[in-house]
Amino acid sequence: MPDRKPLSRLAPGQSGVISAIEGPEGLRLRLAALGFRAGRAVLLVRQASLRGPLHVRLGMTDVALRPADAGGITIRPVAPSAA
Amino acid sequence: MKRIALVGMPNTGKSTLFNRLTGAHARVGNWPGVTVDLASARLPVGPHLAELVDLPGLYDLHGFSDDEMVVRHFVESTRVDAVAVVLNASQIDRQLALALQVRALGIPAMVFLNMSDEARRFGVEIDAGRLSAGLGLPVAAVSARFGTGVPEAMARLAKVLDDAPAPREASIREALAEDHRREEEIESLVKSAVVIPERLSEQASDRIDRVVLHPWLGLPLFFLAMLAVFQAVFLLSTPLQDGLREIFDAVRSAALEPLLAPAPEVLRGFLLDGVWAGLSTVGAFVPVIVVFFFFLAAVEDSGYLSRAAFLTDSLMARLGLDGRSFVMLIMGFGCNVPALMGTRVMRDRAMRLLSMLTIPLSLCSARLQVFVFLAAAMFSPARAPWVLFGLYLASFASVIVTALVFRRRFASREPFVIELPPYRLPTLRQVWMRGWLEVKHFLRRATTFIFVGVIAVWLLTHLPAGAAPAGPDTWAGWIGHALQPVLGPLGIDDKLAVALIFGFVAKEIVIGAFAVIYGAEGNALAASLAHSMDWVAATSFMLFTLIYTPCLSTVATLRSESRSLSFTALAVAWPLALAWAASFAFYQGMRALGF
Repeated sequence: MPDRKPLSRLAPGQSGVISAIEGPEGLRLRLAALGFRAGRAVLLVRQASLRGPLHVRLGMTDVALRPADAGGITIRPVAPSAA
Repeated sequence: MKRIALVGMPNTGKSTLFNRLTGAHARVGNWPGVTVDLASARLPVGPHLAELVDLPGLYDLHGFSDDEMVVRHFVESTRVDAVAVVLNASQIDRQLALALQVRALGIPAMVFLNMSDEARRFGVEIDAGRLSAGLGLPVAAVSARFGTGVPEAMARLAKVLDDAPAPREASIREALAEDHRREEEIESLVKSAVVIPERLSEQASDRIDRVVLHPWLGLPLFFLAMLAVFQAVFLLSTPLQDGLREIFDAVRSAALEPLLAPAPEVLRGFLLDGVWAGLSTVGAFVPVIVVFFFFLAAVEDSGYLSRAAFLTDSLMARLGLDGRSFVMLIMGFGCNVPALMGTRVMRDRAMRLLSMLTIPLSLCSARLQVFVFLAAAMFSPARAPWVLFGLYLASFASVIVTALVFRRRFASREPFVIELPPYRLPTLRQVWMRGWLEVKHFLRRATTFIFVGVIAVWLLTHLPAGAAPAGPDTWAGWIGHALQPVLGPLGIDDKLAVALIFGFVAKEIVIGAFAVIYGAEGNALAASLAHSMDWVAATSFMLFTLIYTPCLSTVATLRSESRSLSFTALAVAWPLALAWAASFAFYQGMRALGF
């Protein structure tokens, strides 16, 4: 089984499955409302330059979040897709 | 009358639906205990007369963001007959959570599945009948942008109101106690009523993002786009402003002056230079607000604004701001007033207040007029552009200093987690409504304040009766003289101090004030200015003018947007202190260096 790592450590174009979400309650509620749930697939589309926010895709929703806020989201990476 | 609350997540087209339903009749007003303005409008719903209130977008009724607290407070403290929940159809799998939360409140509710046209294009299919049965709430598919399905939905809403019991206060904490079963319910609802394609991606938006959010191209493109919007706003609004000014002048010279000719001198001056000038000051802002909000609505509706936040976040985060504040700062270089109103797109109050504190330091076009005149009067043609450039740098520097000083005091509590919606073409209707509503808002909120201020300055510069206007014997002259211990060390003498009092009303009138104070115009004025001060004093004066108290319209807007007198006081006092420090450092430093 591939290593688990925080969402912020995925490479652009790499996807994974969320295994756990930790953080303050306000952040967790917001993430949940945007579709972050254990078991869901996420794709890291890109990261803004100068270590800026991550552009993440979950199903129909594209989300931008700071690496610091993404640190509590643990991912089980899957092999990079051809797309 | 029935009251209907419109609730939905951000980017669901909730406000578009509100505008679609209410036309141009909406008014923006305050509600007890709520820190933001809420738009509301009366409209017939079947046989009922209802008041529809557009609540801020929220993700979760439990949430901790300012908007979420506003909605919670509103639902708990205001008697609501029905809730209309707006969901983005293509994201129904996660947005259903909000409908379930609303249902748990026990208030009669109905679901508007908005953007159903877009959802179909993305391959999302929803069986509204099945969803409604499973949810236990009426469901109507609509497209707020194009109006399809809206009449049917309103007929259904009328039925909800028919059956609604007398409203009672809801307690959100109690009603939402059993949250844990919600996820299972969403899953089973989605399974029974929704078809979502396996791999979802919106090709067109993806292609645009590949260019617009490109690691190297993204930021330069953003700056270009800002520059283009900035140019367009002022290219379009300047002739309108000039036209309006001419109309005001024409009315004055053709109608008011002859009409008031028999009136006593003081009364005539008061009505023409006080009251009428106040009206003209307010009127001059109308074109720039309209045009600015046309563009802002277009940029916002298109989905680019959140991309701007994405692109500039790493730069602005260090100042405690984000990309949306950057957009407003840039717009502030045109005119501070619409830029301050535009901060409403920022949903976190602390970050919004911090942005509002920095925007008045942007060198707006009115200040530029003063600087162009003074730079031309005091410097050689080769040097003058560098002076202007230096003032722009000083403007940026004062923004950065202000943000750094107040970053902790206005620390944003909200995590930076935002949606990047698919690109959409803004509709003309939506863009037009936005501009119109904002102008109404500005006129209603700021007029009195500006009016009173203009009249006060007129009185200061014309009383006691018999003194030469703005001369040393008027109250303004006394104040200018009394301020010498403070302003003298900056190289600002009595006469310049009186000009600063005028500048408080509007920076545009500083040059006009010079003309009155020095009793000369045009080249003669430039010559007498050059005679009465050297370049160090002039630059110190320009620095002070750049940073000190923003104009009266800006102060009025700060007050009406922040709805806090203490914040407004801070936004007036801080720049004054900063201006004094900057001018003092410059003037005394230059003198110490022997200039």
